Amino acid sequence: MALLEVSNLGIAFGGLQAVAQLDLKIEKGHLYGLIGPNGAGKTTVFNMLTGVYKPTEGNIVLDGRDITGATPETISKAGIARTFQNIRLFNDMTVLDNVKVGLHNQVKYNMWTGILRLPAYREKEHEMDRRAMKLLKIFDLDKEANYKASQLPYGKQRKLEIARALATNPKLLLLDEPAAGMNPNETEELMQTVRSVRDQFGIAVLLIEHDMNFVMGICEEITVLDYGRVIAHGDGKTIRNNPKVIAAYLGGD
Amino acid sequence: MAMTKWNNIKKSTKSNLITFGIVIGFYLLVQILSAAGVMTNSFAGQLVPICAYVVMAISLNLVVGFLGELSLGHAGFMSVGAFSGTLVWVSLYDTVPHWLALILAFVVGGLVAGLFGFVVGVPVLRLSGDYLAIVTLAFGEIVKNFMNAVYLGVDSNGLHFSLKDSNSLGLEPDGKILINGAMGITGIKKASTFTIGFVLVLITLIVVLNLINSRSGRAISAIRDNEIAAKSVGINITRYKLIGFVTSAVFAGMAGVLYSLNFSSLVAKKFDYNTSINILVFVVLGGIGSIRGSVIAAAILTVLPEMLRGLNDYRMLIYAIVLIVMMIFTRNPKLVAWRKQFTDKVKAQFVKSKDKSKKSKGVA
Amino acid sequence: MQFLSYLINGISLGSVYALIALGYTMVYGIAKMLNFAHGDVIMIGSYVIFFAFSTFGMNPILSVILAMIVCTILGVTIERLAYRPLREAPSLAVLITAIGVSYLLQQVAQLLWSSNPKNFKSVVSLSPVTLFDGQLIISAETIVTIAVCIIIMIALTAFINHTSTGHAMLAVSEDRGAAQLMGINVNATISLTFAIGSALAAVAGALMCSSYPTLMPTTGSMPGIKAFVAAVFGGIGSIPGAFLGGILLGIIENLSKAYISTQLSDAIVFLVLIVVLIVKPTGLLGKKVNVKV
Repeated sequence: MALLEVSNLGIAFGGLQAVAQLDLKIEKGHLYGLIGPNGAGKTTVFNMLTGVYKPTEGNIVLDGRDITGATPETISKAGIARTFQNIRLFNDMTVLDNVKVGLHNQVKYNMWTGILRLPAYREKEHEMDRRAMKLLKIFDLDKEANYKASQLPYGKQRKLEIARALATNPKLLLLDEPAAGMNPNETEELMQTVRSVRDQFGIAVLLIEHDMNFVMGICEEITVLDYGRVIAHGDGKTIRNNPKVIAAYLGGD
Repeated sequence: MAMTKWNNIKKSTKSNLITFGIVIGFYLLVQILSAAGVMTNSFAGQLVPICAYVVMAISLNLVVGFLGELSLGHAGFMSVGAFSGTLVWVSLYDTVPHWLALILAFVVGGLVAGLFGFVVGVPVLRLSGDYLAIVTLAFGEIVKNFMNAVYLGVDSNGLHFSLKDSNSLGLEPDGKILINGAMGITGIKKASTFTIGFVLVLITLIVVLNLINSRSGRAISAIRDNEIAAKSVGINITRYKLIGFVTSAVFAGMAGVLYSLNFSSLVAKKFDYNTSINILVFVVLGGIGSIRGSVIAAAILTVLPEMLRGLNDYRMLIYAIVLIVMMIFTRNPKLVAWRKQFTDKVKAQFVKSKDKSKKSKGVA
Repeated sequence: MQFLSYLINGISLGSVYALIALGYTMVYGIAKMLNFAHGDVIMIGSYVIFFAFSTFGMNPILSVILAMIVCTILGVTIERLAYRPLREAPSLAVLITAIGVSYLLQQVAQLLWSSNPKNFKSVVSLSPVTLFDGQLIISAETIVTIAVCIIIMIALTAFINHTSTGHAMLAVSEDRGAAQLMGINVNATISLTFAIGSALAAVAGALMCSSYPTLMPTTGSMPGIKAFVAAVFGGIGSIPGAFLGGILLGIIENLSKAYISTQLSDAIVFLVLIVVLIVKPTGLLGKKVNVKV
């Protein structure tokens, strides 16, 4: 059984069918790409997978557990983490605290422990700091740990978002255009990082990306959406030579 | 040696220690002045209200600065706390030791206000933005209208309640009126002292600062900064909004008890919209999100109008202008960028001169 | 018959709320902000009418027009000086500024005209209508209020749906960024919205003070807040919603005053708000807004 099994997933906004009959199967540890022209419904798929939108049909099963229509909170606990197309950091908090918020459900102590500074407070905060710094190191952000998130340059903000997502200890990581706005060097570096994250954490990654070099460079499996429907599926080579995909991207019929 | 230790402490902890230092220093200063007999009566009379408003400002800042929501009914929570706590104090005064009655008054005042915070917060905090402002404003008005109209008495048959007048309570001759409509509660034995106020300020500071710098506090700030992202990392939005909002209400209630037990009578109209706005001005002027700023602004703005009585007519006008100007000055993107440029320049200058002095020392 | 009279008075009060709610709802729809000072613009307008009409004996209609002009200038100035610098700022900052403006207007009014209530002379000088052999008397103010409200509602709907300026307003409310790209002057559109809302506030002030003649610096704040409740009730951002919400709220308030308690009628109105927010936060005619993720 695959890690994520999506079958016949669809959503309609009013009369507009944004996504229909979507099937996805993502194996453990796979790097999976979701591509398609603008407005194809890729981010809508992410929003359904993470509980931001409730699908109007179909099923989402993660690791054998049906999470269709669950709240974002439940889905995060179940093991899906994400980043956002337009970066969503906790801007007024420090870089370190951003990751510690990601650890919210990993290292727990209750409100009173915090207010009364019971012994568990120190211990748990220490553990959080340690784990957060470890993640920041992977993304080369440890030196900026005490900066405010909004003070980071764009590329580092994207990385911080990934670090925060990883802090929730996911089984599946969703990246929404992680390379957007990056120069070729940064993109190259990001590819390395995504690969090494997959290897180190043993998680699956589903990513939306317009940079074809990026997608073809790291994805082992790709699904192409157009007008909310799957038009192709396979590895990079298959996709590249698929006439439907070429037509969709060039805008012809 | 001591200096290096100081440098190793976390920045937030350091800032908190400074805040505690200021509060404790102020307390000691007042004790010295009072022992030396140089304190004016009017200033001494301001000490308890200062503490009450400091607690109000800290607790409102928890909502405005950390929850990122606006409460316009903070005086309403102060009012329900004041009335319930004072009722406990008045009822228990003759039966239990005074220290116990006093503690119970604060506990009940805080809990009742917290309960109202919960009732107001549950329907509204699920929604975003401006609704909380309107609903809390409405809450404050309802509390004021209601407490103005309430008659409560007690006799051998138990409690009597009316919304009409004191006669319709139908009390036995031995009965006693507890709340007399718009006249409120009268004949309160004063209990609040500066030391009690000081202790309440310390407790508020400890609880609020510890909350902010904990897992729950980070969740609250995260929701303020980006609700969607906070959800995506598995934070229960409603739960943490409520924690922040109810905590704030609890301390507003206790501040109400402190305030009311400083006078011999308690009336509902003391806690109106103007009071809520006053406290908002303390928070805005002290800096949204800065607890220390709230403490200082509340203390100074409580004393200042007493000293500048001539300005009293214009006080609220000045407050209104303060709100507008502070917001435009601190939140207008262009002005913020301009100020940042300016401070960066100053900082760069500073670093340069520091480098120079280091170098010159090296040479020496 | 008694009930009918309460109902008609409720509709009249509701018409005032509807006119005020229009100002809230249009500004909320287009500038995406809660203009807290709206109720206080009504108060200023009412003072202008009071002085023009009662003190200087101006023609009542001219007095109302003068108040509309003053309020329009006031509303546009407030927007330009206080709100526009914060257009890109977080909504909390805008809200606090709006409260500051509301407070400023009240305090200025208090300094200029003191907090002693003025007795507002009705601008309507027609005689009441008597029905059912004198069993039901409807004051002229009531009829004029309802009529004016309906006329304005129809005119405004026509303006928005059938003129290019109206379409520009719709576009800005739908997507400010896209509207700007299409060449719509967003700042001008928002100014116009404030102008219309403030002019209507003056009319609402005239009608409200004619029926409820006590004029004080705080006269505008409560009706302002209730009108906001009406706007939320009907669905914020929706013009027919403001109308429907206003009328319903007026009826609810008047009936609870008559049959439940005068003192608690405000509490009941706010209870309506809370119930609406729990059951249907988008209001009766509002549409659900999806936040872009």
